[in-house]
Amino acid sequence: MVVVVKTNVSPRFKTQQTTEFTAALLRELVAHLRQNRTQLRQEWARRIQEAQLLTAMSEEEIFAEATSVYDNYVEAVETGTFEALQAYARNLSERVIPRGVETDEVVGIVLLLRDVLARSLFAKYQDDFDKLNSILDAYEPAANRIANTVAVGFVQERERIIREQQDAIRELSTPVLQVRERLLILPIIGAIDPQRARQLTEQLLRAIRTNRAKVVVIDITGVAALNSVVASHLVQTVEASRLLGAMVIVTGLSPEIAQTLVTIGVDLGKMHTVGDLQGGIEEAERLLGYKVISIVEDGSQA
Amino acid sequence: MEVPILKQQHYLIATVQAALTDADLTYLRDALVERVGKFRSHAVIVDVTALDVMDSFASRTLRDLAYMIRLRGAETVIVGIQPEVAFAMVQLGLNLEGVATALDLEEGLAFLNHKGKSRGAGSNLSRN
Repeated sequence: MVVVVKTNVSPRFKTQQTTEFTAALLRELVAHLRQNRTQLRQEWARRIQEAQLLTAMSEEEIFAEATSVYDNYVEAVETGTFEALQAYARNLSERVIPRGVETDEVVGIVLLLRDVLARSLFAKYQDDFDKLNSILDAYEPAANRIANTVAVGFVQERERIIREQQDAIRELSTPVLQVRERLLILPIIGAIDPQRARQLTEQLLRAIRTNRAKVVVIDITGVAALNSVVASHLVQTVEASRLLGAMVIVTGLSPEIAQTLVTIGVDLGKMHTVGDLQGGIEEAERLLGYKVISIVEDGSQA
Repeated sequence: MEVPILKQQHYLIATVQAALTDADLTYLRDALVERVGKFRSHAVIVDVTALDVMDSFASRTLRDLAYMIRLRGAETVIVGIQPEVAFAMVQLGLNLEGVATALDLEEGLAFLNHKGKSRGAGSNLSRN
């Protein structure tokens, strides 16, 4: 229920009276909107096209969406509840966002509808200024809330998509790969924040268990900078892996990183480090008892 | 709850079945340290697969156990630490320093057999 209370009218009786008055006006408003549904809807669709909004959608689609938005709009004005509209806005966003519809377009069409309806009210009550005033008093708050609801719904849907993509990127950014039986490599690329470090460790530990790994090579060639927080995460990862019976070799520490670590005094005594990824894998193979032999010797067997 | 200690040739195997109280842990430590001499065992394996939490007392007791066993002339391997437990432990700074660990019982036995074979030869892990 939308309650419009004039601030200087405080006694309860008067408030209630105002509420009833508003409700009556809203009923009248809704009746008007229902009566002129076809005409107003067409006017709205025309204005949308005129303003060149929703260019990603065809004329029929716009009209179809306009119809359901209109009906939801009227229903929200009538009942004063926004749950259905909210759900519809979310559903609409879900459908139109992948097609490249922008936030300003969605807000724009809702504001256009608000404008179209307001104009029709002006036209209807142009002879009775007081009536027009009170009708607008009832209409405006509801219209504002509707515009708000739709815009928020759209933005929320966007944010949800962004969050999902972030999760996907994070998941993809830490692949744990098996290069040989019982040998995993974990190339780390990009910045490491505490959250990513945590996720990385969890993924690695799970992979160690499922692949029954004995040696893990963590390559940090792609890590631009390492601070004490990240370094301690790395040490934790190494220790946790050891508790599962896997040995960790860290490779690809750049001269800058090496210098930083020494300067800030991080104890890397527990870490087994090798210059580059190739060296790390060779060392791991040695630990696992593999020996790589070239089958092409002196070109004789080629 | 008392932890059964099985003798398997030269090894003693203690499999933790359920969450242990501090008293149970202490008892397990003392029993293992005593039996390792009695049976002239070469090594002790403690399987903690069933534990989904490892507090500072438990981890300190296991570390002490390993040190004591070493002083008695045998090896200790802790096997079956769950990934989540391992992660929680290192975050609390409990890293069982200087204690051998392995993925599960099978790995622990493989590790010990390997160590037993290369004993005296002085070589490290190598399969060929």
